[in-house]
Amino acid sequence: MPQTMFDKLWEAHEVSDGLIYIDLHLVHEVTSPQAFDGLRMAGRSVRRTDKTLATADHNTPTDGTMAARLIADELSRVQVETLERNCEEFGIPVYSLGSDRQGIVHVIGPELGVTQPGMTIVCGDSHTSTHGAFGSLAFGIGTSEVEHVLATQCLVQKRPKTMRIAYSGELGSGVTPKDLILATIGRLGTGGMTGYAVEYAGPAIEALEMPGRMTICNMTIEGGGRAGMVAPDEKTIEWVRGRPGAPADFEAAAERWRQLPSDEGASFDTEVDVDAGAISPMVTWGTNPGMVCEVTDSVPDPAAMDSPADRESAERALAYMGLEAGTPMTEVAPERVFIGSCTNSRIEDLREAAEIVEGRKVASSVRAMVVPGSQQVKANAEAEGLHDVFRSAGFEWRVAGCSMCLGMNPDTLIEGERCASTSNRNFEGRQGKGGRTHLVSPRMAAAAAIEGHFVDIREWS
Amino acid sequence: MRPIDVIEGKVSVLDRADVDTDQIIPKQFLKRVERTGFGEFLFYDWIRDGEIELEPNPILVTGANFGCGSSREHAPWALEDFGFQAIVAPSFADIFYSNCTKIGLLPAILDEEHCRAVAEAGEARIDVDDETVTCAAGVFEFAVEPDVKHRLLNGLDDIGITLENAGAIDSFEQSGAAERGPVTTAL
Repeated sequence: MPQTMFDKLWEAHEVSDGLIYIDLHLVHEVTSPQAFDGLRMAGRSVRRTDKTLATADHNTPTDGTMAARLIADELSRVQVETLERNCEEFGIPVYSLGSDRQGIVHVIGPELGVTQPGMTIVCGDSHTSTHGAFGSLAFGIGTSEVEHVLATQCLVQKRPKTMRIAYSGELGSGVTPKDLILATIGRLGTGGMTGYAVEYAGPAIEALEMPGRMTICNMTIEGGGRAGMVAPDEKTIEWVRGRPGAPADFEAAAERWRQLPSDEGASFDTEVDVDAGAISPMVTWGTNPGMVCEVTDSVPDPAAMDSPADRESAERALAYMGLEAGTPMTEVAPERVFIGSCTNSRIEDLREAAEIVEGRKVASSVRAMVVPGSQQVKANAEAEGLHDVFRSAGFEWRVAGCSMCLGMNPDTLIEGERCASTSNRNFEGRQGKGGRTHLVSPRMAAAAAIEGHFVDIREWS
Repeated sequence: MRPIDVIEGKVSVLDRADVDTDQIIPKQFLKRVERTGFGEFLFYDWIRDGEIELEPNPILVTGANFGCGSSREHAPWALEDFGFQAIVAPSFADIFYSNCTKIGLLPAILDEEHCRAVAEAGEARIDVDDETVTCAAGVFEFAVEPDVKHRLLNGLDDIGITLENAGAIDSFEQSGAAERGPVTTAL
């Protein structure tokens, strides 16, 4: 019987009914301390330190602080030092502040080549779905589950349903993977993928390079999806080849990976078709990622919405965002621009933004920053001279971390500030209490920094 | 975790859909390395800004897609520490639902109409074994996976149950099926 890629992955990892073996457990400082405490209290050890890898990212300052003990904020310092201590005690490799391999957990996995097709990957972070771009089954877990994986290398899981979203055609010029996933979430809603492992497929996905596929899988959770995935192909294989974590017998592994894509005729619980050619550059207007419109649209009018519940949440969102219904999105003017996060902080994202910025100046009304996803991305970008492009335009060039995506470190918005952000969540207060977030692609963010308001990147020059 | 069987008492209502975990427990409180004491920070901004009022009753009734967004288990910890023993909603985000069941906070799914009826009744009795919510408006059924129910009713530690099956994990590893992926300690 023809199988989906998800079926193949699930069955290859089922230890017993509903118990799934985990090939790689990524750990960071925020969701792990209580799990390590749990192990200590029960006298348990980490079953497979060789399948576990830690980094510090959420709390790390991006100002060049290069050691945990130097972090100014006491609570953040304690959390990062606790991670380092726990990893030492339990024998887990850790790339903490100061390591040249440190960075956002979902950026360093693929960068080190430890993210590979056919694997199960978990992390106490909802954006773990990013790794599904390689044809792995990857999803976020809570701290009790982190403890469970540390102790047993397995997880008790209910088998999710399967969804395939097939994108026909190709993305238009200036339209990016970020726009594709925002448009998809806008259509399906923030709960539209709940209960599903989602496979992104079709010519528009096959045409994408790995970073774009990662952006799409990354935001699966914003549609409620358990996991997002893309079938591995030669691009996937070439990405992994030569990286530090790549298998010793690479050709044999690559041959196994080529068997992973869903079989012809495999059946999914739900199928969705999307015309990629009809997707425009997108901007969020509200307080969840499903509240999104085309940049050529205006802020929607809650009064025109059918359901009373939608109307009420839209009214509340517009009040929070300080927006009037009917305002063209191109008149909305951010004071802050943030290019970074596990969604859009890889070298390719920075190159796209730099292309827009080169030879121009950030508008005087805007404070803009670029935060590379990892120390490796930073080093590579600097070798290409991208930092000079950004700095001469007036951008701040910072050190790797989650930064302003979630404001657990000093990079935050102040009350009422409006931000064009390449991150993944525009929830109330996400980037700082009272901060107003508009999610966009790196190109759209870069152009907004230059003009001081959103522009249709397709027509802007 | 402690066993839960019957949850009975007054109902608090939060009439909003898509409540994300950033609202339930804002990011600044995730810096703590302890597992307890999160209750006082529950819905920190919404409560302090006077947007909502919540009593620490045994039961919270709320809108669809509750707990969406971040996987932070600090959200269920805060709800439980505040005093809630059960959350009733038309739907929950996947990771949040799972996190609740790991700490003995019951997530019960009822359709929207029944959620409203429970909210209006103001008091309810939830029987985990029978999978029912009883209030003045009637008796409504919800579903809970048999293994989750078994753990909730007996207050069982998930890890303990899995380790009873350690032989199966050993065999899986010895069969070569666990050879996929990198050796992180050799990087």
